[in-house]
Amino acid sequence: MKIESYNAPSSIAEAVQLLQHGEATIVAGGTDLTPQIEAGVREFAATLINIQRIEEMRGISVTNERYRIGGLTTVTDIRESEMLAADVPVMVDAADHFASPQIRNAASLGGNLCNASPAGDMVIPLLLLDAEAELASWSDGAVSTRRVALADFFTAPGRTVMQANELLTAVEFAGPGEGFAAAFIKSGPRPALEISTVSMGVAGVITDGVISAARVSIGAVAPIPLRARDTEAVLEGKVLDEALIELAVETASLEVKPIDDVRASSWYRKHLTGVYIRRALSHVAGN
Amino acid sequence: MSLEIDITFTLNGRIVQTRVPPSMTTLSMLREKFDLTGGKLACGEGECGACTVRIDGRTINSCLSFAVDCNGREIQTIEGLGSVAGLEIMQRAFVEHGAIQCGYCMPGMIMQARYVVDQNAGSGQIMTRDDIARGLEGNVCRCSGYTKVVDAVAAVVLEEASL
Repeated sequence: MKIESYNAPSSIAEAVQLLQHGEATIVAGGTDLTPQIEAGVREFAATLINIQRIEEMRGISVTNERYRIGGLTTVTDIRESEMLAADVPVMVDAADHFASPQIRNAASLGGNLCNASPAGDMVIPLLLLDAEAELASWSDGAVSTRRVALADFFTAPGRTVMQANELLTAVEFAGPGEGFAAAFIKSGPRPALEISTVSMGVAGVITDGVISAARVSIGAVAPIPLRARDTEAVLEGKVLDEALIELAVETASLEVKPIDDVRASSWYRKHLTGVYIRRALSHVAGN
Repeated sequence: MSLEIDITFTLNGRIVQTRVPPSMTTLSMLREKFDLTGGKLACGEGECGACTVRIDGRTINSCLSFAVDCNGREIQTIEGLGSVAGLEIMQRAFVEHGAIQCGYCMPGMIMQARYVVDQNAGSGQIMTRDDIARGLEGNVCRCSGYTKVVDAVAAVVLEEASL
C-alpha cells in the first residue's frame, strides 16, 4: 500500500493517539522491517509512524529492584550497559551475540520482541528473567498500559498478543535473587550475523548442589520462543548431577518441536538442544 | 502526487535540506539526492556492511535505515572522512597495505574500521587482531581475504596509540 501519512511523535501519548486511527506501520531501527518490505512478506500500512524520537522509551533503569529497559533501547545500549553487566550478565551475553555491530547500533529491543521471530535472541534471557512487556494504548483520553508476561506474549511466528492500537513501550523484570546464575548459548555456522539454529538459556540458583528456581528457554525450536516448563519441572529442587543433566537432555529433546528448514534439520536441532542444555547446565552448576 | 517529507540534517559537516518519500532508505537518499556513491547497495539485508555510514556517531546499515529518520541528525559518509587530496589516516592505511581488490565493500569497511578504533580509543587498551576482526564482523568482502584489512587497521591502532 502507498504511505499516505508520516508521523514522528516525540512522546508515548502522541504515538498511541496516532495508533488509535487504524492500521499503521511502526518503524524503529528498520533492521527487520526493511528486508521484510523488500522481500514482499510485509506491506506498509497507509500510516507510517517513526517512533525513534520518543526519548522516554529509551534507556535502562532500576527502581525498587525492578529493571526497566525502554522499548527503543538498542542492542548496543544493552551490550554496553555496566549495570546489566554487573547485575544481569546474561542480557549482555545475548546482546553480544546479536547480529553485527551495525545492526546492534540500530536494532531496538522492542523491535526484536515485536518481530516475534522464533529465533529472536533477546527473548531468550528475558524469558529466564520472567520479564513482562509493557503495552501502551490510548483509552478514555489518556495513556493506559497493560503488562503481559513474555512467556504469554508470542502466539505464532511473527505474531504476538499485541493489538493494532498498542505500542510496546518497555520490558521489565525483577532483579535476579541471591545466587542466580544464568547461561546463554547460541549456535550457527559462524559467530556474526547468524540467525540462531538453536539458542539456549538456562538459569537457576544452586545451593549445596541443588538447583532451584530452574528456568529453561529455547529459541528456534518451536513456532514461538519456548519456556521449557517440563524440563524446568524435572530440574527443580534436585541435585544437579550427571544423572539429572541426562534426564534434562531427554526431557528437553521431547519438549522441543523444531522444523526442517534451510538452516538445519529438525533432527539436528533436537540434537543441538541436548548438547546445549548440557553445556548451559554445566556452566550454571560451575558458577 | 506521492507523499514526500521535508528533512534537514547535517551531512558531512554541512546542513542540508531535501524531500524524500517516507519509504526511501538512507542509502538511496545519499546516492540519489546527494550523489554520495561511496556507500554501496549489495545485500540490502544488513548482512554485508557495504552501505555503512555513521548516524549521530554510530555506524548503521544505511540500506535498512529510513531517510526520513535522518531529520535533525548528523550523518557522516566515507566522503566526509577524507578527500582524494587528503586521505584520512584509515583510508591511507588501506591503500598502503593493499587492503583492497575490487573496492566495492571498502567504503563501508573503512567507515566501520574508523568507528571501532574510535570506540576503543578511550579504553586505554590496544586492540588485538581478534578485536579488529570482531569489530568488522558485519562487513563482508567477497574478493579478497581479510588479512590485509586487519593489517591496515592494526597499523592505524598502533599509529594512533603512539600519538
